[in-house]
Amino acid sequence: MLEIKNLHVNIGDKEVLKGIDLVIEDGETFILFGPNGSGKTTLLMTLMGFGNYTVTEGQIIYKGQDITYAPMYERARLGIGMSFQRPPTIHGLKTSHLVRMCGQGRDVDVEGLAKKVNFSNFLDRDINAGFSGGEIKRSEMLQLMAQRPDLVLFDEPESGVDLENMALIGKTARNLLDGLAEGCTMKKAIKRSNTSGLIITHTGHILEYVNADRGQVMYNGKLCCEANPRDILDHISNHGYQECLRCLSAETGEILDLSSFNEAS
Amino acid sequence: MKKIDLSQYRADGATETAIEDFSGFSAEDKERLLFAGIDVDNPSDSGAFMHLNHSGVHCKTHREGLEVMDIKAALEQFDGLPDYYWQLVDKDKDEFTKAAHDNLHGGYFIRAKAGTKVTEPVQSCLFIDKAGISQNVHNIVVVEEGAELHIISGCATAHGAKESAHLGISEFYVHKGGKLTFTMIHNWSDDTAVRPRSAGVLEEDAVFLSNYVLLKPVKDLQMYPKITLKGENAVARFNSVIVAPEGSYIDCGNRIEMQAPNTRAEIIARTLTTGGTIINRGYIGADAVPARGHLECKGLILGGGRIHAIPELDSDQDGVELSHEAAVGKIAQEEIEYLMARGLDEDEATSTIVRGFLNVDMEGLPKELQDAIEQQIDELDAGDAM
Repeated sequence: MLEIKNLHVNIGDKEVLKGIDLVIEDGETFILFGPNGSGKTTLLMTLMGFGNYTVTEGQIIYKGQDITYAPMYERARLGIGMSFQRPPTIHGLKTSHLVRMCGQGRDVDVEGLAKKVNFSNFLDRDINAGFSGGEIKRSEMLQLMAQRPDLVLFDEPESGVDLENMALIGKTARNLLDGLAEGCTMKKAIKRSNTSGLIITHTGHILEYVNADRGQVMYNGKLCCEANPRDILDHISNHGYQECLRCLSAETGEILDLSSFNEAS
Repeated sequence: MKKIDLSQYRADGATETAIEDFSGFSAEDKERLLFAGIDVDNPSDSGAFMHLNHSGVHCKTHREGLEVMDIKAALEQFDGLPDYYWQLVDKDKDEFTKAAHDNLHGGYFIRAKAGTKVTEPVQSCLFIDKAGISQNVHNIVVVEEGAELHIISGCATAHGAKESAHLGISEFYVHKGGKLTFTMIHNWSDDTAVRPRSAGVLEEDAVFLSNYVLLKPVKDLQMYPKITLKGENAVARFNSVIVAPEGSYIDCGNRIEMQAPNTRAEIIARTLTTGGTIINRGYIGADAVPARGHLECKGLILGGGRIHAIPELDSDQDGVELSHEAAVGKIAQEEIEYLMARGLDEDEATSTIVRGFLNVDMEGLPKELQDAIEQQIDELDAGDAM
């Protein structure tokens, strides 16, 4: 589905990603851990194609196509979808209208989808106008359900969400990734969908809801420590990122500490 | 501002005969009229009025308690309308008011009698289809105690009506507990000079809602309608959507004076220039409390042009609550990228944001008119600037 080769990315003059190699197979969900400023969000923004992120070296191959320099809407039309952490408010644009546009010409049952994320009362409101943290997440999920991407990029799906909303968002994320409708038969459930996911998480709460296949830690613009996501989470919970740093220092021979990470992403 | 030389325009000689039904208009004129809010194929169930060039040509009312008359007929029948004629606008204010006073061509007198609630809008239209003329009209609207009235006032020029001028005096009287919704749509051409001079007064518990839409080019337009809230609990609200393509010069705004306690005032303007000039004024003043007022002028510059926002608040009263919000800016890149991430290309994203920006909630518009406005906004998108 996605192949990232030796990706270097600058924000302005500053190099934030320093050679990322990553493959995500069809139907696979990949979890990205890492402290603030490590470059996780930069990777997501670069994959989506945001203007402020300049690829200086390397390649992004999606469904066999080089999209390294493709415009954002083309990536969206090819099937990449992203949930935003802090989406902008657009005055005068009704949520229902945007959800319909997310279908990219397909008929979208806006009301039906909205019910699933408990968002019917917001359809008539301007998109993101005065939405709380949990409401933003539900609105992003709703747009993704209408968009039906083949590769979903989740930027910290659990941030700013209370427990009650977390269950709903977790379940929706799972349905998006697994392509499972509620009340789906076992036979269908076994035949997993082709939807892939790349999830950034701080806390790991999302792991309670989605079937994650692989995970890795990002540090200072590089990926390291590939493992089962749950093992990574256990490790970080027990030792913090400090322990990861020591491990990384040993590998690279550099002396690293947390203070060397700037809030770059 | 460019000087308008009234001697350039012919103020007589364009007399027209009565038009019983509107089916005789060409498809082109019908479209011009529709974009000015007048659907000639679906006449209003309440009443209709048309003034063409220098003559009133159509005047119908279908409701008891609703009068729709040519102003000249009304002046004759009601002894010169001493309570209403030239009571709010000073005829010596400027050369335009003088011209309208000295050489009156017509205009409407629309009155909703006490207690009459006219829900379907009365359609009124001031149309110019001859080149080089000035059209001098005087309109008077009276909403008596407890009555309700919605007027759609469409002003347009036909395609051939080059170099014309429109001078319009309007006076609005909303008596105790009355409600007037006044929707004005302008559809001029890029060589029309326009000088409306309007004022209104509201008694106790009266409500005045004004919607103003200008999406097409105009050479030079200047207007600054003033509403005075004389009675307690009176409410005035102005919504304006103004677009200035290259060549348009628009100096307009709204003024509300709150002279009684418990009054409310709101002025909302959305302006967009794609090359023209917009001076967007707004004034809310309060001489009594409690009084609440809010003024909002937001402007977008898209591909050149100028927007000059002048919001003013004025009061000498302890406890008054007045606020304003003004902005002149561009479309945020962040908003464009958000929509592009959903699959819209840059042009689609831009026009979606512009549509949202211009989408001010206007109360009580008929669907055909709402559709016509949206269609025009969509057509803006086809311009090079977006």
